[in-house]
Amino acid sequence: MTRLLTVLIVLGGFFHINFIWANNAIIKIDGSSTVFPVTEAMAEEFQTEKKGAVRVTVGISGTGGGFKKFCRGETDFQNASRPITEKEMADCATSKIKYIELPIAFDATVVVVNPKNTWVNEMTVEQLKIIWSPEAQGKITHWNQVNPAWPKEPLKLYGAGSDSGTFDYFTEAIVGKAKSSRGDYTASEDDNTLVQGVFNDKNSLGYIPLSYYEENKTKLKMLGVIGGNQAPKKNLAVKASRETVEDGTYFPLSRPLFLYVSERSLKRAEVRQFAEFYLKNASILVPEVKYVALPAKAYALAQQRLSKNQVGSVFKGHAEIGMKVEELLKKETKL
Amino acid sequence: MQDFQKLIQKKKFWNGLAVVLGFITLLFSLLVVLVLFYDLAKTGVPRLSTDFFLNFPSRFPAKAGILSAWVGTLAVMGVTALCAIPLGVATGVYLEEYAPQNWFTILIELNIVNLAAVPSITFGLMALGIFVYEFGFGNSILTAGLTLGLLVLPIVIVATRESLRAIPQTIREASMSLGASRWQTVRDHLVPYSSGGILTGVIIALSRAIGETAPLITIGALTFIAFLPHPPFIADPPFISFQWLSDAFTVLPIQLFNWVSRPQEEFHVNAAATGVVLLSLTLLMNAVAIYLRYRFRRGIKW
Repeated sequence: MTRLLTVLIVLGGFFHINFIWANNAIIKIDGSSTVFPVTEAMAEEFQTEKKGAVRVTVGISGTGGGFKKFCRGETDFQNASRPITEKEMADCATSKIKYIELPIAFDATVVVVNPKNTWVNEMTVEQLKIIWSPEAQGKITHWNQVNPAWPKEPLKLYGAGSDSGTFDYFTEAIVGKAKSSRGDYTASEDDNTLVQGVFNDKNSLGYIPLSYYEENKTKLKMLGVIGGNQAPKKNLAVKASRETVEDGTYFPLSRPLFLYVSERSLKRAEVRQFAEFYLKNASILVPEVKYVALPAKAYALAQQRLSKNQVGSVFKGHAEIGMKVEELLKKETKL
Repeated sequence: MQDFQKLIQKKKFWNGLAVVLGFITLLFSLLVVLVLFYDLAKTGVPRLSTDFFLNFPSRFPAKAGILSAWVGTLAVMGVTALCAIPLGVATGVYLEEYAPQNWFTILIELNIVNLAAVPSITFGLMALGIFVYEFGFGNSILTAGLTLGLLVLPIVIVATRESLRAIPQTIREASMSLGASRWQTVRDHLVPYSSGGILTGVIIALSRAIGETAPLITIGALTFIAFLPHPPFIADPPFISFQWLSDAFTVLPIQLFNWVSRPQEEFHVNAAATGVVLLSLTLLMNAVAIYLRYRFRRGIKW
């Protein structure tokens, strides 16, 4: 008799399982690990403000992995360290997922060398291209091959692994084609490994996100980047800083980060509230997690786009190098 | 005569060399573990506090804690155990005590051995296809527990079979000669006698599962989650609820990995503290396994 009762109770418990989440007021976010710290901060504050009535979850599947889920309608928001690609646009179109594209912060990649390196303070984009292009593999192995004035020391390279958004952007901005890079360098998805690598090797050169440089200023020396004719400062070397990233003079290694929100999810009140909360608090919370905030005007324009439900992307499936965010926000979007 | 002594001396030399080499290898591997643990503990232990266990993750390293991570780990381990133990022990008992030796059982045995060597990420991909999409379990605690359960199933099966094999044939014959059926023999003699070995296998399997990250990331474990699963006990009848099985989760290794890859030094301290917790859990589970084996062995005299 007791055995039967136990079985009944356990079975009763199972009837409580409900695999539909929608009625629990859960906001599901996934995507880029670069954008994660910003969204984590937003989620934390939003849940505090709502006193736990709305639950927010944030995963890290990478920008590509996140878009797969987003375009299947599994997530409400997508963290993206680059604009949506053509293929992802097609995926979303197939499952009739429309999205609103919101730029939320800047990320900058800095080129660093060892502090003991005395011969270089700045580099042109052309020199970086000589070093990093696929043709350099096995050929450009010493500093003097890039510039004869530099010593004949081995050139040790450290850079992002091929799954990271930083890698996509760096190769697009420097080599001219996303994911096109030499392969004979120390690659890591963990930027702290790159910091350690450059710190321990006098002849090293590497590229890392700005936030990692700011935490390790004593271990690394940042190089100024000479952008060339397309750059606002032409042939002057510019070092990455909050100011140069925000005013666009640090060219071409700074890029906007994005949040995509599904239009279908926006019909739920808590999703719209979260998106508005995100844009309203970005200028305070983004610097707190060591990223560079967009100009206030950009957040206002993004807010407008959100309230008008302006779906689609301003990019035609590939990143544009060095374009100002306000200009981006004024462009027409396309699904 | 002299030749003979020379031969002995030569053999003694090789014997001594083997002992010394073995001892050095042992010391070396022990040293590596100790140095690693010391390094981790030196950074991590000062960070351990009640708050660290009771706080959710946060963007402020000092306020961040591992509440959702350790609750998630506990819940997932529970489901893993519930999935792997009955299935694994039953399979082991069947293969050892009931199954006839034919090509079919040999095929199954071969598959189990191979399964133990399959990389864990493969289990993650399979679970993504079957549990997450086909069965519609989503990225829930249930999916994670079933995935890890399948992952460690071969370990439980092999442990069960090994400890059943260690029971002398005479015990089975004695039991059956007294009129016990095969099932009665299994239930009243074989399983109780082998429970020490089975438990050891189970605990070793769980201590492997607790550190797994790859398959859980594949099925969509989250990184930031600032709420707990539904409680298993409720105020209204039927008083227990399994709603928590469908909840989203994160686990300790994922939280650790996230903190390690942050730029701020303070997050690295949090990661080290999480590492200490995880490593202590594993060591504790292994210690329990060793103790259980010792206790059961002592009680059995054939």
